[in-house]
Amino acid sequence: MSILQIKDLIHQYITYGEKEEENQTVNAVNGVDMSVERGEFIAILGHNGSGKSSLAKHINGLLQPTSGSVYLKSMDTRDHEKLLKIRQSAGIVFQNPDNQIVGSVVEEDVAFGPENIGVPTKDIWSRVAGALEGVGMTAYRSASPNHLSGGQKQRVAIAGIMAMEPECIILDEPTAMLDPRGRQDVLSLAGELNREKEITIILITHDMEEVLLADRVFVMDQGKVVMSGKPKEVFAHVEELKGYGLEVPFAAELAYELKKEGIRLSDAVTTREELVEELCQLV
Amino acid sequence: MSISLEKVSYIYEDNSDIKKPALIDVDLEIGEGEFIGIIGHTGSGKSTLIQHLNGLMEPTKGRVYFEGKNIHAEDYNIKSLRGKVGLCFQYPEHQLFETTILEDVCFGPMNFGASKEEAEEAAKEALKDVGISEELFGKSPFELSGGQKRRVAIAGILAMKPEYFILDEPTAGLDPEGRVQLLELLKCLNQEQGITIILVSHSMEDIASYVDRMIVMNRGRLEFDGDKEEVFSHQEELEQMGLSVPFFRHLANDLKEKGFPVEGEILTLEDAKRAILKTLKKEQTYD
Repeated sequence: MSILQIKDLIHQYITYGEKEEENQTVNAVNGVDMSVERGEFIAILGHNGSGKSSLAKHINGLLQPTSGSVYLKSMDTRDHEKLLKIRQSAGIVFQNPDNQIVGSVVEEDVAFGPENIGVPTKDIWSRVAGALEGVGMTAYRSASPNHLSGGQKQRVAIAGIMAMEPECIILDEPTAMLDPRGRQDVLSLAGELNREKEITIILITHDMEEVLLADRVFVMDQGKVVMSGKPKEVFAHVEELKGYGLEVPFAAELAYELKKEGIRLSDAVTTREELVEELCQLV
Repeated sequence: MSISLEKVSYIYEDNSDIKKPALIDVDLEIGEGEFIGIIGHTGSGKSTLIQHLNGLMEPTKGRVYFEGKNIHAEDYNIKSLRGKVGLCFQYPEHQLFETTILEDVCFGPMNFGASKEEAEEAAKEALKDVGISEELFGKSPFELSGGQKRRVAIAGILAMKPEYFILDEPTAGLDPEGRVQLLELLKCLNQEQGITIILVSHSMEDIASYVDRMIVMNRGRLEFDGDKEEVFSHQEELEQMGLSVPFFRHLANDLKEKGFPVEGEILTLEDAKRAILKTLKKEQTYD
């Protein structure tokens, strides 16, 4: 059953020039069709300005379609009556945690979301405890978010979304500021939420290694979806991806370079294990 | 000539009784023309450390010297130091504020007493260095893409002609193309203008590809300081600190373990490619 259906979505905004005739309309999202099944792990790739983040903000109605439609759990994001329910079902974690921390104590920050959607007080604290445990930040529950590092703040922001028990979590470059362990923690957390709680994950990222965790990947360019499929299928098209200003995972990049030198490797190499295995067969 | 830290410790003042030091006894010397990478887990003291390098923070204990002079001595001109040691914070584009790109970049040099003409000249040169074309100079910085905005913000610091340039995670949030352009810019500033670059990054691969010397911070202490080859050889310790080694070093380890011999120190894609081709040539499965 699909949780998200996007049809012919266009998002237009106007950049204002000095004179009226210099105003320009830009289609940040320019005719996107997308259907996501409940429990899927989706990755969205694209260079800066390709429309990924605008698309993400349509999923829970933070932006409204210029034309076309977005349905989350069969609820139309244009229906204002449904917006609260929609945002309860799909939460977004943004790249920069400093812009999304509201509480003066970590626990209160995490409690803000569930409180806002009307969760009974006695349930709020168990949700907060569970969410902080889930992101490994229990030890900091009474700390001031201002004293946390960027990576720790990001984990608190994710806990704030988790405490609302959404069915879908949209992560907009959540690891861009994290150290290797913080990144690993956030990614395994996303994987765990996906596998164990069947939460649908939509991960927007510039990190090609992260895309390998996804069931399906969509590549965006100039507001359109230009490639889609399993990560393995998409990453086999190295030249095409480079044309969109993107890269491929390290193992695929090295395999591509070795193939150019005449080494016989398959197109299916995307992980370290696969590359090691294929290379070992050559000696 | 150099920046040097002598037994620097820093303790954040807050209302709690627990005083947690952010820096503990850090000794460090940074010379002219170096390209240095700083890594460390979140909260390891990296950001506190770099703010000591241009006097934005004053050590609780210890001393900081620039060109042999104590920068916190009463008669020291700390403002001139900040022109010589440029510091680019995370998301510098959030600090853009002028109506045009050129005016934004002029702000720094004018603040340091340059005339409008001098500032414009420096600004134009800096914008050229970061690859912003002249047609854009009169535009609002807010019309640019994320990568361009960040390069304009960096030009704002370059226009002050720093001798040392410290950047705190300058590639965070940039797409692959923007990331490579920015790193190549730093390489070029280092090689062609001799500017010392101090790059804070969480990407072990970027560090491996660009820097010569690496500094590793861990819980406020300077844990390692040396050639990147040497520092990355401490894989186990780095992993215990929440850090890692570059992908290609992991790959080389796996290959060796599975019976595919690779020679030499492997940190980057180029290293791995060279070593693998060499082995395959020897095995005569390829020529």
